[in-house]
Amino acid sequence: MKYLLLLHSPDGAPVSQGGVEYAEMFAAYAAANAAMASAGVLVDCAPLQPVASSTTVRVRDGRTIVTDGPAAEIKEQVGGYTLLECADLDEALKWAATIPAALTGWVEIRPVIPTPTPS
Amino acid sequence: MGGDTPGDSHADAVLTEQDFRAHWWPAVASVTRLVGDLAAAEDAVQDAVLVAMAQWPVQGTPANPRAWLIGVARHKALDAVRRDARRREKESVALREWREADAPPPGPVPDHDELGLIFMCCHPALDLSTQVALTLRALCGLGTAEVAALFLVPEATMAKRLTRARAKIRDSGIRMRVPEPEILPERLAGVLRVIYLVFTEGHKASTGAVLVRGQLCDFGIDLARGVRRLLPAEPEVAGLLALLLLIDSRRPARVDAAGDLVLLEDQDRTLWNQRMIHEGEQLLERALRTGRPGPYQLHAAIAACHSTAPDPTDTDWWQIALLYGELLRYEPTPVVEANRAIAVAMSDGPAAGLAILDTLNRHPQLGGWPQLHIARADLLRRLGRPADAIDAYQTALRLPLSTAERNFIASRVNQLAESPRTGP
Repeated sequence: MKYLLLLHSPDGAPVSQGGVEYAEMFAAYAAANAAMASAGVLVDCAPLQPVASSTTVRVRDGRTIVTDGPAAEIKEQVGGYTLLECADLDEALKWAATIPAALTGWVEIRPVIPTPTPS
Repeated sequence: MGGDTPGDSHADAVLTEQDFRAHWWPAVASVTRLVGDLAAAEDAVQDAVLVAMAQWPVQGTPANPRAWLIGVARHKALDAVRRDARRREKESVALREWREADAPPPGPVPDHDELGLIFMCCHPALDLSTQVALTLRALCGLGTAEVAALFLVPEATMAKRLTRARAKIRDSGIRMRVPEPEILPERLAGVLRVIYLVFTEGHKASTGAVLVRGQLCDFGIDLARGVRRLLPAEPEVAGLLALLLLIDSRRPARVDAAGDLVLLEDQDRTLWNQRMIHEGEQLLERALRTGRPGPYQLHAAIAACHSTAPDPTDTDWWQIALLYGELLRYEPTPVVEANRAIAVAMSDGPAAGLAILDTLNRHPQLGGWPQLHIARADLLRRLGRPADAIDAYQTALRLPLSTAERNFIASRVNQLAESPRTGP
């Protein structure tokens, strides 16, 4: 079954690109993702732009309302996601623990409801 | 859990759900394997038990009651799956899988399925109290109402909690299986903790349905025996079973005629169950010989030090102090350190114990722990320092305590205030 892993990081200053810390973090994620890919469980993964770049859409009474920022004020933010195809929760747990976000923040594992993909 | 009882026909015997509890674990495991759903399995086993309660007293108990129950439960579960499939007008996955598995008659339940079931119920993705509740329901066969009574919540609340847990197991992909070797030790520790909690619930005799609570110690021991049979080479499993047997051997002496708890040193040791003590010691010895120590083996070894002392004054406190010292490596908690201090005080005198407690007392977070001050006060009293002892008792009285503890301290303070100074 599919699991969506939400990579939470505590709200803080984003790591600036180009620095040593960024390179180390990039390498750590690359290694974790490569291991998941070679095990055949990785479906998709990507980091997300900071919450500051997010936009929220609501449709009410046929009218589309666009607002700046996330829908609710939250302390932590989802910094990325990983979509896995695993045999069971134990396998998803094993891989989730290898993701660097688990060390500094946490990884939330959401099982995906199987639905036919529209073609 | 107990094995099959030989077939016996009691034409007019009245059966209760209790007569079937030993069969729940393997039966639920067998049906869960068949239909792939814990909730459906529990319902089917429950239905089979109801059929047995109606039929057996009239038609006689079948030659192999467990196989009979499992067979009926499997049919009930498959009927439910078929009804469900017809209702949805499509074939469910469970039904397709069943067709492949339908031909061979169900043999004995494989060990890995029984083990898989307890690992499923004790999965860390479930809340700890939910793990305990689910284990009592799915493995011990306790009714939802009884589980609710133990947790002091309304039956509807417990039913909802159990339903949510089964849904999480199904929807999040928690499978009935033995964990991979690399995570087996931590998962096994989780299972042992749940069993220990089931057992210790039975010791909290003050609340809830007392009748059921007495049985909880038996359930804890049954569960430990079950895991021991399935994982005979794990010394910590044997250590847990030994610990539970050694503690439970004192059950007849733990409560006095008035129903009040009797402290270990005041118990009538002739009431202790020697057969359980012997079994616990044998288990512990064999476990220790594997050279893979762990917290349950150490707790059991400490319990054994008490069990082997015919009189409290014969207790080997030096050995107990050493064992608590070892235990600190696994459980570096102030409770263990305070217990070590008490053992040191008994072995080397109150001053040596007090030195350890004073070190603990300097720890900023431990000042709010009343037991530390009570233990200090007792040692100060024995050292002939009544004024310091009263101070320590007064500190404890400013912290949250039970009424019984408050009364005990108040009487000690009175004694100290009245007695002439005997100390230096």
